[in-house]
This record gives sequence, C-alpha cells and structure tokens, in this order.
Amino acid sequence: MASLNVRAALLSVSFLILALGLWEMATQPPEAQTGLTEYEMLMGGAEQESRVPPPSAVIKLAWAELSNPFYDAGANDKGIGIQLAYSVYRVLTGYLAAMAIALPIGFLIGMSPLMYKALNPYIQVLRPISPLAWMPLALFIIQDSDASAIFVIFICSIWPMLLNTAFGVANVRQDWVNVARTHELSPIKTALTVILPAAAPTILTGMRISIGIAWLVIVAAEMLVGGTGIGYYVWNEWNNLDLASVIFSILMIGVVGMLLDLALGKAQKLVEYKE
Amino acid sequence: MSKSFLEVDGLSKVYPDGQGGDLTVFEDIRFALEKGEFVCIIGHSGCGKSTILNVLAGLDEASAGNVVMNGKEIKGPGLERGVVFQNYSLLPWKTTLNNIVFAVKARWPSWSKEKVKEHSERYLKMVGLEHALNRKPSQLSGGMRQRVSIARAFATQPELLLLDEPFGALDALTRGVIQDELVKIWEETRQTVFMITHDVDEAILLSDRIFLMSNGPNARIAESVKVDIPHPRARATIFQNPAYHKTRDYLVDFLVNRSGSALPEKDGTPKIAEPAKGVTQSTPTPAEPETQSESDTAARAVNA
Repeated sequence: MASLNVRAALLSVSFLILALGLWEMATQPPEAQTGLTEYEMLMGGAEQESRVPPPSAVIKLAWAELSNPFYDAGANDKGIGIQLAYSVYRVLTGYLAAMAIALPIGFLIGMSPLMYKALNPYIQVLRPISPLAWMPLALFIIQDSDASAIFVIFICSIWPMLLNTAFGVANVRQDWVNVARTHELSPIKTALTVILPAAAPTILTGMRISIGIAWLVIVAAEMLVGGTGIGYYVWNEWNNLDLASVIFSILMIGVVGMLLDLALGKAQKLVEYKE
Repeated sequence: MSKSFLEVDGLSKVYPDGQGGDLTVFEDIRFALEKGEFVCIIGHSGCGKSTILNVLAGLDEASAGNVVMNGKEIKGPGLERGVVFQNYSLLPWKTTLNNIVFAVKARWPSWSKEKVKEHSERYLKMVGLEHALNRKPSQLSGGMRQRVSIARAFATQPELLLLDEPFGALDALTRGVIQDELVKIWEETRQTVFMITHDVDEAILLSDRIFLMSNGPNARIAESVKVDIPHPRARATIFQNPAYHKTRDYLVDFLVNRSGSALPEKDGTPKIAEPAKGVTQSTPTPAEPETQSESDTAARAVNA
C-alpha cells in the first residue's frame, strides 16, 4: 500500500484529468450542419466561436503567456507577469501601510481597556463597510487611481490585523505578564520580549486573513480603476471576448493568492509555540 | 517587632462578596522573617495563602497593612524578590536556557553575553538540567519545567524567594526528587524562602518554621511552629528523627482539629509552638529565646 501522500496525489491527478476531460467534451464545436441558416450566414459563422473555450485552448494560451510573461506591447497588451506584478505591488503597499497602523493601535487597544472601550464603536462601524465603497471618496480625495486602489487595500486589510492584534495582546496569559513584572521589565521591554512573542501567533493569524482579503479585493478594485493589474486584465480580456485569457487569468489569480497565503503560513509557523 | 529582615504588619484582604457586602479573606496578618530562614505556610484552601504570597511579591495589593523588607516598604514587584509559581510560568517560546538568560539579563543588565550564559548554565546544572538547555518547555515534563522555574528564581539571587506551592502539580515521586534538589540548593545558597505548601511532610523537611493559618474567612496566622531538626536534612533519614514525628503529629492535629478555632496571641503575632522541644539533641532550657539561639547555632555548626 502506497503512502497516504502518494495516494492523495494520484487521486488529485485523476480528478484533474476527469474534470478537464468533461470540460473538453462539453465544449466541442457542434457538428457541422448541412448548411448555414440565413442568420448564420449574416454573422459569418461567428456563433460557433462564442463558446467557452476548451481546456486545450486555455493550456495553449497559458503556455504562450507564461513563456513570455513580461512583454510590454503598449497600454492594452502587457504580459501576465507585468499585470500580476502591478497587483502584487499594490497589495503589498496597502498591506504594509495597514500593518504599520494596525499593529501599534492593536497593541494599544489590547493593553488598555480604556482605549478598547473608546475605539471599539468606530471599529465596529467601519469594519463591515465593503472596501470598494470607499473607492469614490478615495478617488475624489487622493485624485489618483493607483493610490486609490492602494488605499482600498489598506482599508480592507487593516481590520483583521487590528482586531487580532488587540485580541492576542489582551489575552496574553497573566502568568507571563507576572513574570515580566517580577523581573522589573520596563513597559517597552515587556511589550517586546513577552507580549509580542506571546501574541504573535494570533497576530499572524490576523495578518494571514488580511492578505487573503486584500488579494480578493485588488481584483475588484483594479476592474474599477483600470490601467494595469490583474483585475484590469481580466476585465479587458472580457471586453475583448477572449475567454481563454479570462480563464487563464482566473487561474493565475488563484495561484498567486495561494502563494501569498503560503508565505504567511510559513511566517506563522515561525512564531508558533506550544504550551 | 524590631528590625527583622522582613516584617509583615497587620495585612488584610477584603473582597466584595457579590451580595453588596464585604468578605474578609484574612486579617491582621503579622509575622517576621529573619535572613536565611526557610518558612513554610500551611492552611486549608481559601485562607488566602496565595494572596499573602502575591502581596509579598508585589503582584497583589492588600486592603490594609504593610510589608517592610530591609527597612523599605514593598510597593509593586521587584527583582530582589523571586517568585516560583505553581504553574511554572516559563515562557514557552524560549528554550530552557533562554528562560534563565531572560531573568539573569533582567537582573544584571550590564553583564556580558558570555557571563550571563555561564551563570545561567551553572544554575541549570544545579537542578540537573544541563542536558536540556535547548529544549522548549513544551518538550519537558512537569517536574523538569518546575526545575527550570526554580533555577530561574535562584539564578537571580533574590533576597527573598517566594514559592507558591511549587510541587502541587507534580506526582509524588517527582516531587520527592525535586524536594531533595531544593534542599540541596538551599543548603548551598541559604536564601531566605517563604513557601506555600499543602504537604505537611514537605514543610517539615524544608522549613525552619511553619506558619499555621486558621480557616478563612477572617483567617489569621495562628501559630508559628518551630521545626527542631538540624540541617542538613535528607528525605530518606528525616523519618528516623523523633522530633519529626512530634512535629508532624502537632501539625496534623492543628489542621484536622483546631484550624477552625485557633487564634494568635492577643497582640496579633502567631503563638510560638515547639512540639519537639526536649526531644532533639539541643538541651532544653526554660527560656524560649535561648533555646532558639542554641538550636540555631547547632544547625549552623552542623552545616559548617
């Protein structure tokens, strides 16, 4: 009996083959008919072309795109690598800015019940707002579509980080805080050497949720602001009625999202501890 | 009381009882510790032993009364008082060695890295953990964790060590082994120790005096029992000493029959009891203070 991993991999591959096979079969061009109807003649046979493309077409396109991901042939014709790089750049910029704000404020809220009570109503009202709802306001105030997209990422990734940091910090075991107290650590040293490592797993969980949400939101944000980025690319290819490209970029969005999550997952492993 | 190393004066703790009234857990606690003494405190659950210890540690505040150590009133926690908690309270993301290094660095910030490490390793060796320096607390057994915790407390060389039922969560065999180690370390360092325990045998093995608390609410330290057994003591042989049995019977009788009604002296200080008087090798004399000083000298002589 092969190991569990091998069997799972075999099963995964067979699911893939099965799904691709079904997809390929479902998207076969219809049998050539004896003759074209008058309408079809008027449309020049275009009806047959507007099918969902079969996987073979998508794979062919993916191969072509991935073998030259960074070409730049003008505003509407850039390689998938360039588009993804724009999106990742926006996500990371907004995300890092959110981190710079959320971690200190989360710390403050977690350490001080007073600050928690004072700020909690605002957090509760601001948190459920769809990040895209901020877009018009951001566009008006910032007057720059690229910066507005980054702002939207900032606003959507701040909440999970803020709340998880506050929760993690507030729930550090009193015993460990007492250890810091009996060793006369200064408040800053206590925060850095005891509370931060104790709350780190919870904080990293928040950061992992945030990066996931940021990657979800960037696609929609870029569809709105246009110009560059994977979200814009999807929408542009839809306008071009190039469905193979749309499907290909959907897959790429999934792959990059997975990689971002994996990176945060690795970071989470680093700070985890067993009691 | 005059100029003891540690003086506790009129300590009490009052909590709201949840029905609009107040609940006095303990009141008018008075005692003094001398430098180099090992004192255990025994009492039934709910008499506030842990709260007293936390007040001494500076982690909790008393409702009334004060604690003076070395002529200075205790306000808040400090490095001159080391605490060993029942649940070890090691930092789980640090290795065994780094848990000690953490404390030593806090105690002597000016020390070099090598000196801190060397000092920390010495104390881990003292508790027999030199083979587990780089393991995390989660990879250690309960007994080993408590050893690390004890090493951490001794490594900072506090003037007063506070042990909050350090062996309460350990099985009997492990407990015995670590008691032996604690005896050994204490014989080497002669720290002043104040320890909570529920274990009468443990108290006799370790301490010079045992405080007996009456039951809460309104608990008091009713008696201070002198343990007239010379140092160094050993768990294996202490049973052979006739003073051991006298002391043990006295303690058990207190805890079973008298802890509900016992009261301290009128001035609030614990009644001094010497159940093993006349049984030990020290010559019995009518005047109490002399007996004490004689047996103290005897104990020192044995240790020298």
